[in-house]
Amino acid sequence: MKTLVRSSVFRASWASPRRLLQAAVLMVVTTLFLGAGDDARFQMLGHKLMCVCGCNQILLECNHVGCSYSTRMREELAEATERHENDDLTLQVFVQKYGPTVIAAPTVTGFNIVAWIMPFVVLLAGIALVVYVVRTWRNRPPPSPPGGVGPASGADLDKYRELARSETEL
Amino acid sequence: MAQFSGLAVCLVFLQDAPNIGDTWSNFFMAHAAQLGSFFLLLALALSIYSFAAGALALLERDPASDRLGETARRAGIATFFLVLLAAVTLVTAAFQDNFSLAYIFHHSNRDLPAPYKFAVLWSGQEGSLLFWTMLLSTYGLVLRLRHKTDTRLFAHASVIIAAVQIFFLLLVNFAAHPFAVMQGELPLDGSGLNPLLQYPEMVIHPPMLYLGYVGFTVPFAFGLGALIMRYPGEKWIHITRRWTMVTWAFLSIGISLGSHWAYNVLGWGGYWAWDPVENASFMPWLTGLAFLHSVMMQEKRGMLKIWNVWLVFSTFLLSILGTFLTRSGVISSVHAFAQSSIGDWFLVFLGITLSVCLFVFFKNISHLQTEHRLEAVVSRESSFLFNNLLLLVLCFIVLLGTFFPVVHEAIVGSKVTVGPEFYNKEAIPIALLLLLLTAVGPLLSWRKTSVDSLRRNFLWPSVGALVVAACLIVVIRPWLHWSFLFSLTAIALASLVIFTISSEFIRGGRVISRHTGQNLLVSISQLGRRNTRRYGGYIAHIGFVVVIIGIAGSEFNRDKEMEMGYGDKLQIGSYELVCRSYTQEDKPNYGSEWAILEVFQDGKQIDTMYPERRFFKASQQTATMVAKRSTLKEDLYVVYEGLNQDTGRPIIKVHVNPLVVWIWIGVFILLTGVGLAMLPNTAPVAATVPARVQTAPAGAGD
Repeated sequence: MKTLVRSSVFRASWASPRRLLQAAVLMVVTTLFLGAGDDARFQMLGHKLMCVCGCNQILLECNHVGCSYSTRMREELAEATERHENDDLTLQVFVQKYGPTVIAAPTVTGFNIVAWIMPFVVLLAGIALVVYVVRTWRNRPPPSPPGGVGPASGADLDKYRELARSETEL
Repeated sequence: MAQFSGLAVCLVFLQDAPNIGDTWSNFFMAHAAQLGSFFLLLALALSIYSFAAGALALLERDPASDRLGETARRAGIATFFLVLLAAVTLVTAAFQDNFSLAYIFHHSNRDLPAPYKFAVLWSGQEGSLLFWTMLLSTYGLVLRLRHKTDTRLFAHASVIIAAVQIFFLLLVNFAAHPFAVMQGELPLDGSGLNPLLQYPEMVIHPPMLYLGYVGFTVPFAFGLGALIMRYPGEKWIHITRRWTMVTWAFLSIGISLGSHWAYNVLGWGGYWAWDPVENASFMPWLTGLAFLHSVMMQEKRGMLKIWNVWLVFSTFLLSILGTFLTRSGVISSVHAFAQSSIGDWFLVFLGITLSVCLFVFFKNISHLQTEHRLEAVVSRESSFLFNNLLLLVLCFIVLLGTFFPVVHEAIVGSKVTVGPEFYNKEAIPIALLLLLLTAVGPLLSWRKTSVDSLRRNFLWPSVGALVVAACLIVVIRPWLHWSFLFSLTAIALASLVIFTISSEFIRGGRVISRHTGQNLLVSISQLGRRNTRRYGGYIAHIGFVVVIIGIAGSEFNRDKEMEMGYGDKLQIGSYELVCRSYTQEDKPNYGSEWAILEVFQDGKQIDTMYPERRFFKASQQTATMVAKRSTLKEDLYVVYEGLNQDTGRPIIKVHVNPLVVWIWIGVFILLTGVGLAMLPNTAPVAATVPARVQTAPAGAGD
């Protein structure tokens, strides 16, 4: 499959941009399908679930031999992926059986959305604050130097700055 | 007459010289609880005196007050010795298998090896609080001995430290008493130490972590003290910065040792699980790091005073919050070694501390006005603002993720899990932005940077990073999984940082080389020694990005689990493991099962590995001893998971974890950089500049 995809990319690259686009779409779709194999789905879903034995570990990372939960849960997950149930349904079955804490991260529904968007809201608010602070500091009048000497012009300042740098930056 | 009786006692002791050891031993054995309790009570009384007398002395400024202040200082010093004696008493009790003390019974046993008996001190709730108090007293001792640096500022800091000491001494005296006595018949043996803690790194990890946690009390004391006394000038910030660097370095060592321990002992193949207690140590680490950057704005430009004061306060408050998380049991964690009701004490202490901080801040806010204006947006000042913003957003993500289950339960009424997926998705984009800023920051000058010079200095590092990215695209094939793209970006940005910093070293080295005629390498080494702070900082940045490269490798981890009988083979990556034998062993402290696995690569045997699983007799618990083969490319990580009860054969899980060793190398480089940055410059940097420009010497930019 991979060989086919690669060869189509090569052929398309020598043809028209349209063919190139088609090949790219084909490659993405194929990659998605490749990633959606039973084992990959098992791995992906197994990392979205927690072991509920109290070890606080991701289901596929619980390493307790004889753990009464993780072995059974893994078997249930493997069966679900073999039945080709969709991901949401599979996860929902686990929630019904083991409770909402079996999902390893908050879902993007209801109050949980707060957890997902808050950091970015804080980031944006922080950027706005930084911009405001920078503008305020920029607009502040320059302090008068002691002795009453007026502030140097931009050209003088650049000259001093270059001098300072050349003499102190080793 | 009195001297005569003393002499007589001495003679009796000398006559019994061979038995003196036994006498003391018996004395300690019989009176450990009373002695320990006495030392702790006396330490509390002296701390209260140190706080009250110190505070009174600061209110009045006359010779009598100075003498009173001196007694307060000496009482503070005496507190250290008393807490030390209490700790020694507890450790002695552990070595003597004194199971009349409940703490020793619960955390030790007769066959426990000696180093772990020493570690008993911090293995449980009560002992670790005593250990915390001891470290705090040690920091207090150093501070009080160095009081001549700035008598009045140090006196303020000493009073604040005494206040914190009172809180912890109240805890160990009345809420979590390490010298509580067992009721009823004395047990013959103890319950033993948690097996997960019976690992060499566990002897050193908690002390380092605690040195970091506790150490943040000192910058807090200086910050709060300087604000209370409206300290003139910036000297306090120099002192605070140095203390923060030391404690931040300890916290870094503690966190990395904890990760290394988790990787080697827990046996799940990872080193960081975003567990609430791990997060608790990470939050003050982030704010401490933000402070170490923003403090330069205050030192050089008189800016960000309010911000810095709050960073110092927040770092200390987050340390206390972390302790609250570890102790209260309010959030479920794998670090459930010390859950109890003392969480309420910490909440009250947090509330009081925050109130004091707010009161002092608003009372003295006029003292914290920024002195200078920002001359240009493209400047180092701006980069520090954004650096702080990103670090604080990262801290917010960790705080939110840690407390979200509690908030969710309070509002929605049901529990929710916040696992690694949340932190990875939220924190990685911010961390990548931070990495980009780390690359650009060193190229920016204080006050103003011309776009031309930025472009000139950035050109070659960017070309280098693009070449690295192109090579990585071929190797990593990021289209296979979206997370590979993050790894690729992280490594490419890390290489950009390395190239920009290298270009800084080379540029500086060339200037020295031109002036002295020495070769470039010697010049670069001289450069580092002449401006330790700046170039130490750069080395720390390199260490940081090397850690990032190591973490980026985790996206390519593979693992395989298999039941292996004699001669069975397991293939993973380029490795083939062959089971040669599996056996059992019995030792006084534990029994163990282990396998002997031969490792082949390209048909050639390259190693023999012995993964093991131990069963500790006293605690009736098991622990894994991972077998590991580290190379610069990857770790081969083998876990003996246990015996299949049906077949009697061992279950072996093998992980191949790329680039992990770079995390530990990176930490070492980072700490080397921090260490260098703390050293004084060996040769002063001669700078002849006009007076107006001296306010912010360009050469001292770091």
